[in-house]
Amino acid sequence: MAANETMTSSPAAEAARVRAAEFLVRRHYFRWPEALPWLIAIACYCVFPDRMTFGSQVLIMIMFALSLDLILGYAGIVTLGHAAFFGLGAYTVALASMKLGWSEPISGIIGGGLVAGLVGAVAGWFILRYRGLTLLMLTIAFAATLQESGNLRSDITGGYDGLPGLSFDPLLGYFQYDLYGHTNYLYALAVLAVIFFFVRRIVYSPFGQALTGIRENIRRMHAVGSPVHARLVTVYAISAAIAGVAGGLFTQSNAFVTLTVFDFDVSAKLMVMLILGGTGRLYGAFVGAFVYMAMEDKLSKLSPTFWQFGIGLLLIVAVLFARRGLVGLVEDAGRRVQKWMKQ
Amino acid sequence: MSAMPHAALEVQRLNCSFGALHVTRDVDLTLERGARRALIGPNGAGKTTLVNLITGVLTPTDGRVLLNGDDITATSQALRARRGIARTFQINQLFRGLTVLENICMTIGERDGNCNNLWRPAGSKRAVIDEALDHLDSLRLVDDALKLVRELPYGRQRLVEIAVALAQKPRVLLLDEPAAGVPSSESHLILDVVAALDPGIAILIIEHDMDVVMRFAREITVLVHGAVFTQGTPAEIMANEQVRAVYLGQAHGQGGGAHA
Amino acid sequence: MPQVANIAASILFDGLAYAMFLFITSVGLSVTMGLMGFVNLAHGAFAMAGGYVVVSLTRSLGVDFVPSLMIASVVIGAVSVPFERYLYRRLYKSTDLEQVLLTIGLAFMAIAAFTYFYGPIPKSVPLPAWLEGDVDLGFRSFPSYRAFLILIGGILITVLWYAFERTNIGAKIRAAVDNRRMAESVGINVDRLFTLTFALGSGLAALGGGLAIQLFGLTPSFAVIYLVLFLIVVAVGGLGSLKGTLLAALVIGIIDTGGKYAFPVAGNLFIYAVTVIVLLIKPAGFYGRE
Repeated sequence: MAANETMTSSPAAEAARVRAAEFLVRRHYFRWPEALPWLIAIACYCVFPDRMTFGSQVLIMIMFALSLDLILGYAGIVTLGHAAFFGLGAYTVALASMKLGWSEPISGIIGGGLVAGLVGAVAGWFILRYRGLTLLMLTIAFAATLQESGNLRSDITGGYDGLPGLSFDPLLGYFQYDLYGHTNYLYALAVLAVIFFFVRRIVYSPFGQALTGIRENIRRMHAVGSPVHARLVTVYAISAAIAGVAGGLFTQSNAFVTLTVFDFDVSAKLMVMLILGGTGRLYGAFVGAFVYMAMEDKLSKLSPTFWQFGIGLLLIVAVLFARRGLVGLVEDAGRRVQKWMKQ
Repeated sequence: MSAMPHAALEVQRLNCSFGALHVTRDVDLTLERGARRALIGPNGAGKTTLVNLITGVLTPTDGRVLLNGDDITATSQALRARRGIARTFQINQLFRGLTVLENICMTIGERDGNCNNLWRPAGSKRAVIDEALDHLDSLRLVDDALKLVRELPYGRQRLVEIAVALAQKPRVLLLDEPAAGVPSSESHLILDVVAALDPGIAILIIEHDMDVVMRFAREITVLVHGAVFTQGTPAEIMANEQVRAVYLGQAHGQGGGAHA
Repeated sequence: MPQVANIAASILFDGLAYAMFLFITSVGLSVTMGLMGFVNLAHGAFAMAGGYVVVSLTRSLGVDFVPSLMIASVVIGAVSVPFERYLYRRLYKSTDLEQVLLTIGLAFMAIAAFTYFYGPIPKSVPLPAWLEGDVDLGFRSFPSYRAFLILIGGILITVLWYAFERTNIGAKIRAAVDNRRMAESVGINVDRLFTLTFALGSGLAALGGGLAIQLFGLTPSFAVIYLVLFLIVVAVGGLGSLKGTLLAALVIGIIDTGGKYAFPVAGNLFIYAVTVIVLLIKPAGFYGRE
């Protein structure tokens, strides 16, 4: 420090300091708009009781998209093979039920998450040394390899026709699955809430900060001593585990699974959902998955061709004009309103 | 011999080649504790390459790098940083989408291992935030603390680059043209900071501006074509005819040096 | 011919033909990615479009097959230029992700458009008589069409090699792939070079698409299904390398054909396994630059 420099003693400087500190200290506090998605989810349960099977699928996709946001939005890992972990979770639950007679749902999805997370850690350790096209191709090839390997043993996996007629024990030994999917919906919502709680903590932790640093400038991270590879593998494993839980829920809610869960299409659709909603924004996953699936449900039935055209157009528009997705647009609008109100 | 304290940084017979291109030739360099050494030389002499070799971005084909007596030649870049080597880049390498304060907090977090924490919120570590603000304070950057790095004028960004390096609490600091790209109206900010750095840190500065070199350096190493051409005190270097011929041109050292 | 040698010859021949298809369609992608670092996932759509142009020319306008191929290449090559100029050019400085998304969006739109006009049912093309049946190469007979494919591939490889290694333009392209900034500083107009290369690559993709009809049938989804394959050839071969694309095409073409013959259940497993192994050992591909 310079000898002739006094530490901040002027009130203005002190105020600036306090303001800066407060900003960081307060960053992770819950803000009231964060309650909205959950309120809406519960409202949907009351208002649309006949759409609850669809609702469960939306919640599962939100969870899946959250897992992708962790690695894509926060750590900057571009992958088109995340379906690999979704599928691993889905099949762990299915095979545990069919072959091992293990039909308890909660331990089932925990098992699915653990298997997917473990595989994610090992695969990540190898492939996260690379970036760019190499990494992209490795993620695609990994998911495809799992799918083809599953097809080799279609006697176990049921191949592309799948394993129908899976059954699961009542939730917590008491709540039976009903035809209308009510139990499923609340179950998925509860699991999503738990997962989200963990993801939110990670994102606001120093580790989460480091991930953002890796995304923003990996050279600088190396230069300040960050163990970049270890950080990436860790987040990749966590993300894989969450995708695995989503996959497990998928199997449980459909009582059915096929090898199509590993499709390239699934990974690509997931990325579209997240981009639509906005990456690196936690709630982008909620908005993107919900909007995409709602639109797909309505529009693709009208005309699959127009739906595909529309999605393609939407992607181009998003990249050119709305890079930060719907949540980004809302944030921009919010900022503009704030500025206008200050005048 | 064992009673002598180790130099903060020592480079022994360092060589680096890319195929047929021999970019660093038998470089010997010593930075004592608290050193103030300038590394000068014509463009393409391999100055940044040398810094990259010291920090671990590049691997030498021969020779050793010693940090406080320990051989770190095989150590990774990140590990070297944690052991006390910090650097600034010729072109800013900052987290442009984050605020200035976050840039520093992140650096401190990686230094302490705080960033291994997945559970507690970053905001709860008051000590980190306070230390970050102290660093910003010493560089008069507190007012910019909440601004995104990419919103700052280039000169202030350059200061943030130095702040990041200082936040690592290094024992060895390598500055790669710290005033480069900074408009002359702002360069005094950088130079004041550099001049006032902690006397305990060993500093190597790559510079083209001879004003800065003369003001700051107690020793100078001249690098030409990847090899050490000569070393000495500023007075010796200025008086050296060969150095003038190779690098300084006809004019005397006062601001007549070749600018990048 | 003894049975084993017979089978081996068939596999090699079919594999070689497949490799030629892969090379022709992927080489454009490799050079443009190596030159501009631009991830173009709409490349498969250009191939698909070329195929449909050939279909329309041969079936609706009665043009012969081989001239249709040439016309389709030129047409698609020309059509690709405004895409490059007005759309792609805006994203050269963008992140990989944004390029991926934009071009996937383009591919989706193309698939939807062609489904609308041509329908989802696979299309075929009428072939001239000399391309049907077998051709006798002395020691045994081989399918004429595949022989034709190998012939075309061989010609194109020679032409491309000559253009790359011996012409001025080729030298400029190689220089720009190697070090774009330096190429610009010596006065090479990299932007114009890229438009040219892009048009050429898209034209070749269209040729490949037209040639593929007889091998795989043509549907709009061709654009995405085979895209992964082209990306694999490019990644495994190394961006911007003619040699690499060729080697990768050969390796993948022959291993896939052989694998599918020996273990049909395994499907594409061999291709993906090769991809993973090669990329883990040589992340930049056979002849790529780190």
